Amino acid sequence: MQLIPMGFEVPNFTPAIPEIFLLAGACFVLLADLFISDKNRFITYLMAQVVLLITAGLVLTNFGSATVSTFSDMFVLDPMAQVLKVALILVTVGVFVYSRDYLRDRQMYRGEYFTLGLFTVLGMMIMVSAQTLLLIYLGLELLSLAMYALVAFRRDDGRASEAAMKYFVLGAIASGMLLYGMSFIYGITGSLYLDHIATYMSSNPVMQNVGLLLGLSFIIVGLGFKLGAVPFHMWVPDVYDGAPTSVTMFLGTAPKIAAFAMIIRLLAEGLGDMVQGWQQILAILAALSVVLGNIIAIAQTNIKRMFAYSTISHMGFVLMGVLAGTQAGYAASMFYIITYAIISMGGFAVIIYLSHNAKEADQLDDLKGLSSTHPWVAFMMMLFLFAMAGVPPTVGFYAKLSVITVVVDVSYTWLAVLAVVTSVIGAYYYLRAIKLMYFDKSDENTSTETIAENNLDGAKPSVANNNSLDFTVLLSINGFAVLLLGILPGGLMALCLRAIQSSL
Amino acid sequence: MIPLSYFLVVSALLFSIAVAGIFLNRKNMIILLMCIELMLLAVNLNFIAFSHYLGDMAGQVFVFFILTVAAAEAAIGLAILVTVFRNRRTINVEELDEMKG
Repeated sequence: MQLIPMGFEVPNFTPAIPEIFLLAGACFVLLADLFISDKNRFITYLMAQVVLLITAGLVLTNFGSATVSTFSDMFVLDPMAQVLKVALILVTVGVFVYSRDYLRDRQMYRGEYFTLGLFTVLGMMIMVSAQTLLLIYLGLELLSLAMYALVAFRRDDGRASEAAMKYFVLGAIASGMLLYGMSFIYGITGSLYLDHIATYMSSNPVMQNVGLLLGLSFIIVGLGFKLGAVPFHMWVPDVYDGAPTSVTMFLGTAPKIAAFAMIIRLLAEGLGDMVQGWQQILAILAALSVVLGNIIAIAQTNIKRMFAYSTISHMGFVLMGVLAGTQAGYAASMFYIITYAIISMGGFAVIIYLSHNAKEADQLDDLKGLSSTHPWVAFMMMLFLFAMAGVPPTVGFYAKLSVITVVVDVSYTWLAVLAVVTSVIGAYYYLRAIKLMYFDKSDENTSTETIAENNLDGAKPSVANNNSLDFTVLLSINGFAVLLLGILPGGLMALCLRAIQSSL
Repeated sequence: MIPLSYFLVVSALLFSIAVAGIFLNRKNMIILLMCIELMLLAVNLNFIAFSHYLGDMAGQVFVFFILTVAAAEAAIGLAILVTVFRNRRTINVEELDEMKG
């Protein structure tokens, strides 16, 4: 008897080996964690890191190889997917390193955190490699469902549960909108495959087709929600504020890279011939994002909320590169999103560094006098803030410059001018934080004394001295990466450009 | 045979009811979750109608995946709802306003 029916071809598993390994690894960590006691939780952490690093290694083994599709062309491994996968895995490794001390201090050091993190990465990797609407949706949901749980990870905290509820409801609405758009695209083009959709678009008049335009608008609404672009940004500040800082850091870095990949797959690959349609909508979203994000950020006193609004404005910049609709534009956006993930990871790491048992250091005033108490961390924070503001020696300048150049090339000059003006406005609140660190006196003296009184065994009274060596080392590497990429951006930029050119 | 547009209109109506429900409802979070389900069901109807008229099975397969994911989503949503209720003793949408700015 024949077990495998006639005409069934065993798919080529090779391109998906990193994902398969990550799935197996995540399940293994989930199960193994059950046998590990609370004081040995470090083993779970180590296993999760090893799984991530091996996955990154597997992606790297056939780095630079030609594009391969598998699973009936649903799944593709092209250079863009490889670069983005490596970037998002490495960012996650960094986030795990930064999270460890924070989680331990707050009784959140549990295996589930790392397992959910691994599943999030799996979802992102599937999104990055997706070639059909179905796979994009499944990857997105795997990412989102794990992320909702992570935001609600601190179960006894009212703010975290409120943030999780808001994130869940708006995330679900976004998925609904995206799916509704996808259903129209499917109904009119007759296929779920991105390349078939693109073929249909190139041979039919698309801009007169109401159904397609409807589908396109719903898809853009969904993408806007996921990316957090104005006017679909209302969840971003609340979720950034309410979630535990380590989760905020995760939320603000790796998923942004995956969201960029989703935009490229859907808009550039699938709906590339409707470029006139989405270009204008994205231009409006980008303009609103940079204006609103930068202006409202000025009014914030909470660093996490300030970073949330700063993220909104940065997403505006990412959209600017995409809306150009050229390969140089996509590459500039890709460069922007990867470097932004590195920068914001560092920014949140400093907040985590300053938080200690008793309190969250999430108020701007907590930065006061940082240069005298922790000169090295203050210097790192200055680098990250300069990078976010786009001050020359750091990478933020080059990223912004390349995006703005591209926008000017497609004669959206008004948008470029707006971007520059709002960047100047935005520089105000970044520089204010730097001023607090370097020129203001710490008003921590009183609180330090009370801590010292409470410390009967005479431990060091200063803040945040319980961070491990790997945290500090990674923070320094992170800071220098921001500086080094700013001085020598050519390598990464060339990598992005080559990836985009050979993938689209 | 019932024309395709009838199905699309019904699905559009369901979708609008869901969206209106989400934005108008200021009382109960469970209604919010129901509206999200309704939204996904409207999408399913769209997919099935298109799939039938195109004579292509892929749309119906997509619906199976959406149904599965919707079940998982409801599970997570209700779990979050439970933590909100434990911390706040209320599931009133209007009282979810601790964070502003």
